[in-house]
Amino acid sequence: MNMAATMMEIGPIFALILVGFLPNEVWRVLGLMLVSGLDEDSQILVWVRAVATAMLAGVLAQLVLSSSGALGTVPVGVRVGAALLGFAAFLIGKRSVFLGVLTGELAIVAGALVFGT
Amino acid sequence: MTAAETTPPRSTMQAFRDGLVAAWTSVFVLVLLGNYVGIGALAYEFGFSLNWMLLSTVLVWAAPAQVILISTLNTATLIEVALAVTLSSVRFLPMVVALLPMLKTKEGGPGRLVLPMHLTAISVWVEGMRLLPGRPAPERVPFYNGLGIGLLAAACLASVIGYVLAARLPTILAAALLFLTPMALLMSVSRNSKTLIDKLAFGFGLVVGPVLAAHKVGLDLMWTGLIAGTAAYVIHRIREAAR
Amino acid sequence: MTMEPYLALLLLGVLPSEMWRWIGILVGRGLDEESEIILWVRAVATALVAAVVARIVLIPPGALAAVPLWVRLVALAGGVGAFYGIRRSAFAGVLVGEAILVIGMLAFGG
Repeated sequence: MNMAATMMEIGPIFALILVGFLPNEVWRVLGLMLVSGLDEDSQILVWVRAVATAMLAGVLAQLVLSSSGALGTVPVGVRVGAALLGFAAFLIGKRSVFLGVLTGELAIVAGALVFGT
Repeated sequence: MTAAETTPPRSTMQAFRDGLVAAWTSVFVLVLLGNYVGIGALAYEFGFSLNWMLLSTVLVWAAPAQVILISTLNTATLIEVALAVTLSSVRFLPMVVALLPMLKTKEGGPGRLVLPMHLTAISVWVEGMRLLPGRPAPERVPFYNGLGIGLLAAACLASVIGYVLAARLPTILAAALLFLTPMALLMSVSRNSKTLIDKLAFGFGLVVGPVLAAHKVGLDLMWTGLIAGTAAYVIHRIREAAR
Repeated sequence: MTMEPYLALLLLGVLPSEMWRWIGILVGRGLDEESEIILWVRAVATALVAAVVARIVLIPPGALAAVPLWVRLVALAGGVGAFYGIRRSAFAGVLVGEAILVIGMLAFGG
């Protein structure tokens, strides 16, 4: 399911649950959690964070792999490679975001210069 | 002595029935019926099935959110609909936080509060805030459930009537029926707009909304809410600072 | 290039982790009617509902489209006027608005 999906693609009932029931109910559930004293470590929040992280990963993957826009002029393998290099630099630099972003950017620019159309 | 102390405690079923009766005799039931007849008609006109509409009433139980769903799901992307619905329902957070503590008892776990949580909607909440303090604590949860389910059932019935009428009425009456939804929403917002910020937000929304829609801006509902609402808020702050 | 993936990124990346902190702030301020955050949120939600109303009136479905635009607008304005004119009565507002619509349809269109 890509970002620009409409109800036509997933059906009316699934759409109702996904964008009708969930966004609406979330405020009620949050209210209940506040009232019942459930806190940051409760299982519900852990699950929500896990789902959000997974969805985030999906969006990132789409952005890297999609072949539209300026990034599309760079071959897929190069894009993935640049992302991996950036991640490796992040880890090597003791989880340094700055290092990771810098490396990734340098890699993609280099890749675009060498391999880009 | 309050009423809660002089009368003998009522059983769960009796408290639940009290809730049902309170629902069907409240002033709000008329407003609710009017709203949901309009929603039923709207759902028919936009091509949704009767079952889908009933499901939306039971699952969402919020007229503005349902109107957003019905009028935008056919054409907008899912993200936009989700954002608009999310923004329109924020008020449920303070509503639930204000009311649910009245239902807490020492023994019960949070599980018994789940149904009251979902049943909370404007009309249910207002009547609940008014009537719950007069009830002894053990009766409150079944009473509130009765109240909520009573209003929800009435709304479902009204929505079916609206749906069927829209299918069968001649054009002029069907148009009047469809017009009920914007009128009902307009009235409920007008009634709640006692302060300047509310009136400004509504006025700006009426202006900015069509402008954004005409320019085919993506996520126009969300942007209208943010732009018009923030503008009203800023003006409110400026006036407060000038005092 | 569409904005939506980036919007989703912002929401998914920030909200689940930040939301609890924001809620904590809200609770700390007492979640009362006067809290500035609540006020802003209410303004945004009100503007949203107004936009939905405008959308239905200006891009009407089915039978409502048979009514001329100006009749719809006058009926809307008439309803609001009746509300403020008649002791803030929602019933009066709806009645007047509907009446203007029906009369307008009978006289001018449909």
